[in-house]
Amino acid sequence: MSHLLEVKNLDVKFDTDEGRITAVENISLSVDQGEVLGIVGESGSGKSVTAKSIMKLNPGNTSYNEDAEIILDNENILQFTSKQDLKKIRGGKVSMIFQEPMASFAPAIKIGAQMVEQLLIHKNINKDEAKSISINMLKRVGIADAEKRFNQYAFELSGGMRQRAMIAMALSTMPKLLLADEPTTALDVTIQAQVINLIKDIIKEYQMGVIFITHDLGVIAQVADHVAVMYLGSVVEKGPVNEILKNPKHPYTKGLLQALPDINNLDAPLSPIPGNIPSPLDRPTGCVFRTRCPHHNPEGKDGKIEMKLIEVEPGHWVDQCGIQCGQNG
Amino acid sequence: MGDNLISVNNVSVNFDYQENFISKKQKIHAVNNINIKIKKGSFFGLVGESGSGKTTLGRAILGANNISSGNVIFHDDERDYDLTNMNKQDLKEYRKKAQLIFQDPYAALSPRMTVRDIIAEPLEVMKITNSRQETDERVRDIAAKCRLNIEHLRRFPHAFSGGQRQRISIARALVSNPKFIVADESVAALDVSIQADILNLLKQLQTELNLTYLFISHDLSVVAHVCDIVAVMYLGHIVEMGPSRELFKNPKHSYTKALLSSIPSIDPEKRSEAIELKGEIPSALNPPPGCVFRTRCPNPGVDCKGGEITMGLTEVEPGHWVDQCCVL
Repeated sequence: MSHLLEVKNLDVKFDTDEGRITAVENISLSVDQGEVLGIVGESGSGKSVTAKSIMKLNPGNTSYNEDAEIILDNENILQFTSKQDLKKIRGGKVSMIFQEPMASFAPAIKIGAQMVEQLLIHKNINKDEAKSISINMLKRVGIADAEKRFNQYAFELSGGMRQRAMIAMALSTMPKLLLADEPTTALDVTIQAQVINLIKDIIKEYQMGVIFITHDLGVIAQVADHVAVMYLGSVVEKGPVNEILKNPKHPYTKGLLQALPDINNLDAPLSPIPGNIPSPLDRPTGCVFRTRCPHHNPEGKDGKIEMKLIEVEPGHWVDQCGIQCGQNG
Repeated sequence: MGDNLISVNNVSVNFDYQENFISKKQKIHAVNNINIKIKKGSFFGLVGESGSGKTTLGRAILGANNISSGNVIFHDDERDYDLTNMNKQDLKEYRKKAQLIFQDPYAALSPRMTVRDIIAEPLEVMKITNSRQETDERVRDIAAKCRLNIEHLRRFPHAFSGGQRQRISIARALVSNPKFIVADESVAALDVSIQADILNLLKQLQTELNLTYLFISHDLSVVAHVCDIVAVMYLGHIVEMGPSRELFKNPKHSYTKALLSSIPSIDPEKRSEAIELKGEIPSALNPPPGCVFRTRCPNPGVDCKGGEITMGLTEVEPGHWVDQCCVL
């Protein structure tokens, strides 16, 4: 069976005044219907850039490599150039939920009007139908008084409610793929738990594919089926969520897990990953993690080992340099 | 009183609120009748969701907010400072002894000042040092303690990553040699690996410099890791307080239980055991009478549903205090 979304060998580069920055290098990912792919990584690891490439939302100074493919529903999105084609993708087949819902709603337009507007663009329906779809969707995501909220502005809603409205808006066009970029990061834990449960219910109900981006491994453990761990624009390890979190192979994944305070194990020391993430202008050759790797693999340290994912267990892929380092300790 | 550094006695903070100039003046009850004692050398944690009043309480203890009723006493070696009754001179003295570390290291540092000037500013403003040489010495000394390179001092903040910037803010807070530090969400904006580094640094500085912390955070796992004593706040009230291990192992209040169960577990096999709280935190303009948590409580009793039980902490185990509504 072909995948719902397949990203192959994607490089994303930005031209800036200081030179050409490699934001993402040689990424391959796939998402099936009804499946959640989690992408984790620190700030600057290229998670959001990868997601935005799927909607071609990166800024004008972006260049993609020639042989990259982003195939959604048997069409290569990277080949799309006309506004008409892109419109079908943006908000139609693919929807996105952002981190800060206050910043993603227009402040001076009523929530309802924004929901209706995008439905009219993507669906062949009239205003009244669009309104009833929107109100039903608001009810579905658990907003009380949906009719009243429909006529309110974003600032009149609380943070959790705004994020629900954002989800309702993203889902109302029935996209095949949902991109969720840190959707719970700005929320309190109790509200986060509500929103995570809501997203999980909705995925089951509508059978869409989801890319869930977060820096929080706990959230990943709760929602994702598969995980890709990104560092400085490269995927260093990917596989089923259970494998990655319980049997991590790459030193970076291990480092992330050790740095995380675990409430069930208060005696474990918090061990930070030494050093800082290098600037993308000054991206290490060979293994991108080598400047901070705690292991001393001489060839890896020299940058002689190229980045390449190798399957260590069925479905569990690890960067080849990371496998050697991982075995050393 | 010997081993307490801060005593907070029946402190309430209200803000006046008027929606527009013709509407009635209302009061926002941000912090209500708080009693805490912070022991010397302790790492006191304050947790709660946004809007629970934790930052307001922290600022009140620093004298940065007016206190509407009650008082805060800072027990220094020679004398006590009563924050509600302080003249300008005392306040200046107190500022040297109590400092704040902010949440966002990107917003907290002036982009136009070098790191050296940023760290030196408190010394100059408070007139602690007398010569440039002395200032430089202290700046270098504290920078080394916060693991900043000496050559970093000549640079501007934009050259640094989030973790390094947070170390600069810590150095600035510590340069006046304070005894008490309020760290308000100081690791919330950082990546996990850097968060671990900053937490370890705070711990290490605590023993090195004999510091007492009030650590404000919404992240329970972080608080559980670093704090000795934790107070859980909800809508301006402390609903539970106790030694951190005891509190996290054996939570008594339904709100604490719900908060703990909401932390997403790192184990993919343990999915969704969260006690889901319905709705959101009520407005502090109009808090529910009686137990403030009863509108969202998953297992309310008959009495507290009616709001007949007033808020008040009861000691259930030595040092472990719980709001009486949830004990009954």
